[in-house]
Amino acid sequence: MSDDRVFMKGNHAACEGAYRAGCKAYFGYPITPQNEVTEYMSAHIWEHGGTFIQSESEIAAINMIMGASAAGARAMTSSSSPGISLKQEGLSYIAMMELPMVVMNVVRCGPGLGNIAPHQGDYFQATKGGGHGDYRLITLAPNSVQEMAQYVYDAFNLADKWRNPAMVLTDGTIGQMMEPVDYTSMPWMEPPDKSEWQLDEFQDGRKRHVLTSIWLDPADMAVAHEKLIAKYDKLKKEEVRYSEYRTDDAELLVVAIGSPSRVTHSAIRILRQEGLKVGLLRPITVWPFPYSAIREYADSKHVKAILVPEMNWGQMIEDVKLAVLDKKPLHFVPKHGGLTFTPEDLTEPIRAILENPDNPDTLWRVS
Amino acid sequence: MLLEEYIFAGFGGQGIMTIGQIIAYAGMLQGFNTAWIPSYGPESRGGTANCNVVISDELIGSPHTHHPNGVIVMNAPSFEKFEPMMAPAGVLVVNTNLVPQRSERDDLTQVCIPTADIALEVGHPVLAAVAGLGAFVATRGVVEDTYMEKGIDWALPAHRKDMLELNLRAYHEGKKAAEAQLKKAAK
Repeated sequence: MSDDRVFMKGNHAACEGAYRAGCKAYFGYPITPQNEVTEYMSAHIWEHGGTFIQSESEIAAINMIMGASAAGARAMTSSSSPGISLKQEGLSYIAMMELPMVVMNVVRCGPGLGNIAPHQGDYFQATKGGGHGDYRLITLAPNSVQEMAQYVYDAFNLADKWRNPAMVLTDGTIGQMMEPVDYTSMPWMEPPDKSEWQLDEFQDGRKRHVLTSIWLDPADMAVAHEKLIAKYDKLKKEEVRYSEYRTDDAELLVVAIGSPSRVTHSAIRILRQEGLKVGLLRPITVWPFPYSAIREYADSKHVKAILVPEMNWGQMIEDVKLAVLDKKPLHFVPKHGGLTFTPEDLTEPIRAILENPDNPDTLWRVS
Repeated sequence: MLLEEYIFAGFGGQGIMTIGQIIAYAGMLQGFNTAWIPSYGPESRGGTANCNVVISDELIGSPHTHHPNGVIVMNAPSFEKFEPMMAPAGVLVVNTNLVPQRSERDDLTQVCIPTADIALEVGHPVLAAVAGLGAFVATRGVVEDTYMEKGIDWALPAHRKDMLELNLRAYHEGKKAAEAQLKKAAK
């Protein structure tokens, strides 16, 4: 084990990942369970040559980020579910203007004010656009404090590489917990040069830089759309990331993200001791989603059934269904209200599914 | 496989969160994977507070624990809540200054320590939680003293380093009190 490990909270580690990526602007508004991000940014971003503003609202924060990004800065905001809803209009504009920036959602339980417990109810919002119009965010789903730092760091690089907003989607458990972190995989960076397109001072003879999201003529808008869609298609081919654990011979494949993916790990360890062949595929990018990786398992001879545990009423399972179709039975185990999974919540249904891959208790149907 | 799952609980302000962080940090120094998470519901000053700590030689699944094998209860409501949840063969440290209850379970190792008295003897009431932590480590000796001492140092902010000596003494006094009790019980 590395001696470079420090012991930190997920929300704090996310900030350290941002600093290392050269983030020079953080604007945000407090909300539990991500308050530590705002707090830590306010205390430390100055040490890295950056600027912090506690905005008057989440809407103000996202529009400040739009400005900072347009001016070429690496900029970040974060919030939790209700606050992320407020940012959606700004994210839609940012996506159409093709501005790179990072937004982190430490998801709590909704709808409405809900409560402040960990949840995964914002999966649709994070992966299907979220605001109005036809766009996508590059969305990374960390499941540890280490990954909170790493994926914020990676999100900045992906955002700039593709000139696209990137989201880090996690849940209250990962934001609130402390774990060892090793930053050696995150060397300090300076923000990349964006002089090709950024808005800056008048320069005689330089072509005009325009950042806009309005094309009143549908024919012009169609061209803008096509450009976006071509980018998304390329992203889908090049940036899909996922991890696998004991999937080689798995008869039951679990697909999980966030804190449920960690509990799945514990459940697999227990079940493997009983000789049950269970494996985990964990999407790391939830957009673009690893459809073909999951489809390969659905096509394989060894996989008898697929299970999705989520802390919601069933959202990611719709993406898994698009990959699996009717090739293998698909099962769903939910957790509601902000409650968290125990290994037993998963081991019991998994044993039942391995006895009967069509076990009606957990079988998930489209209608 | 080592899987230590602890809940430390008491009133907000007693230092519950900090002693959880100390042992989790110390466990990391000793080479384990460790995780700590607070109860972060609508807590209030003077209300109940607790944190979960997991220490393992394997990848840690959930940081939330539902069947802890180690518990420190610093106030009475925490005893009611967490004593029944404990896994068999677990270790329970009871702060007798604020907790009148005693466990009737014969599958637990119970150590009853007047943490506030120890803290006052050492020199400051704020040391009660660290005394409780010492008693806990004496009874559930997974993390070694050298790392625990580093953890106590780590948890003290720069402007409170003058409290390091007192904290270390409170830790060891709590430990001694528990060891004496365990010795007596063994006879």
